[in-house]
Amino acid sequence: MSGVRVLVGTRKGAFVLTADGKRERWEVSGPHFGGWEIYHVNGSPADPDRLYASQSSGWFGQLIQRSDDGGRTWKPMGNEFSYEGVPGTHQWYDGTPHPWEFARVWHLEPSPSDPDTVYAGVEDAALFRSVDGGQEWQELSGLRCHGSGPSWQPGAGGMCLHTIVLDPNESARMFVAISAAGVFRTDDGGKMWRPVNRGLRSEQIPDSTAEVGHCVHRLAMHRSRPEVLFMQKHWDVMRSDDAGESWAEVSGDLPTDFGFAIDVHAHEPDTVYVVPIKSDSEHYPLEGKLRVYRSRTGGGEWEALTNGLPQGDCYVNVLRDAMAVDSLEECGVYFGTTGGQVYASADAGDSWAPIVRDLPAVLSVEVQTLG
Amino acid sequence: MIRIMLPAHLRTLARIDAGEVTLHVEGQATQRLVLDALEARYPMLRGTIRDQVTHQRRAFVRFFACEQDLSFEPPDAALPDAVALGVEPLLVVGAMAGG
Repeated sequence: MSGVRVLVGTRKGAFVLTADGKRERWEVSGPHFGGWEIYHVNGSPADPDRLYASQSSGWFGQLIQRSDDGGRTWKPMGNEFSYEGVPGTHQWYDGTPHPWEFARVWHLEPSPSDPDTVYAGVEDAALFRSVDGGQEWQELSGLRCHGSGPSWQPGAGGMCLHTIVLDPNESARMFVAISAAGVFRTDDGGKMWRPVNRGLRSEQIPDSTAEVGHCVHRLAMHRSRPEVLFMQKHWDVMRSDDAGESWAEVSGDLPTDFGFAIDVHAHEPDTVYVVPIKSDSEHYPLEGKLRVYRSRTGGGEWEALTNGLPQGDCYVNVLRDAMAVDSLEECGVYFGTTGGQVYASADAGDSWAPIVRDLPAVLSVEVQTLG
Repeated sequence: MIRIMLPAHLRTLARIDAGEVTLHVEGQATQRLVLDALEARYPMLRGTIRDQVTHQRRAFVRFFACEQDLSFEPPDAALPDAVALGVEPLLVVGAMAGG
């Protein structure tokens, strides 16, 4: 029997939401790690029962939790994230040099083939890897030590490495995105990195087409076509057809192209979802209407999806890691809000219903397709 | 025996059901030796009270005992006799915050 497991990270704990393939009746488990910030929970594609969670608190720091039974029980793993060598400095908000300081893990990305290999994107921006199921973490320092590192500057949410995209065909290739430095790509498993931001234009930085300095919010890829990437930037929805070598804007007829989340339909590589947010100073939906926008043309032309979503007095946000899709025959789409709702669509976005309405602010949503 | 009171989140993390942890420390009891012993028994607490590498106290963690704030005492300073003798507990406290 097929089913789905939705992994939700919130400001005050993690929740696991499960349903069968119809996705009508849901069981809610949680809060796990109640009272702690859970930036991300993610499952191993190679072993769906293997989950990793990033648990943190301003008081007690960073922990990594691992489950080997689909989220029923958890075990704390290694939590030492030490930058390699002398960390040096990056730019602070005021442009002065600031020491690289570990704050938290934003994103965990398990390997598609090995449950014990998992990548962690952290603040201050760096990439770590564990090859022993989360016990030990080593920095892939070629990224942070890229020549541009000292010029990186934090976005409003901190200088975080928030997106890790692994190429399903070329195991040595991966993409990361950093706020506010941009996108970087490695083709050798993480030793050497280079920025891939050509075509991005950001009016908020002195040189709007600079090689680095762009506030990229999120990347998405369809596994059947890994050379095509979609991006929600601070402003602008972008597309690359050459693995990030160049980018073109595909905001098209969106009512606003500011936003955080972006994802791709599980079976239609040109069907893309975004949640437009009013502006960088007003982080809520335009006109108080929560609308997902879907493009079936790989960007450019967008349609509003509103059925089942609040169309008045709605002032929540949808954060960058808070949207995901399942891979059932009829693709399911899910997103969580800062108001604590997790919405699900079992028909590729045509209609929506809340799974839960009153969780703490949702930081992340991932979906596992089971069975 | 040294008695230690941990905040609720750390008791949950370490699966400590009792209100207090009791530890034996060789020689003169200091913050460093007590935390070394605590982390040896409960490895999941590493990094939650002090930095794993520098052993610097986390900014929002406080050490209280005998109605004194010991947070800014040197880590190798002797703890009060009442703590060393187990008469009073060493309180590890999350700094108070609203919200």
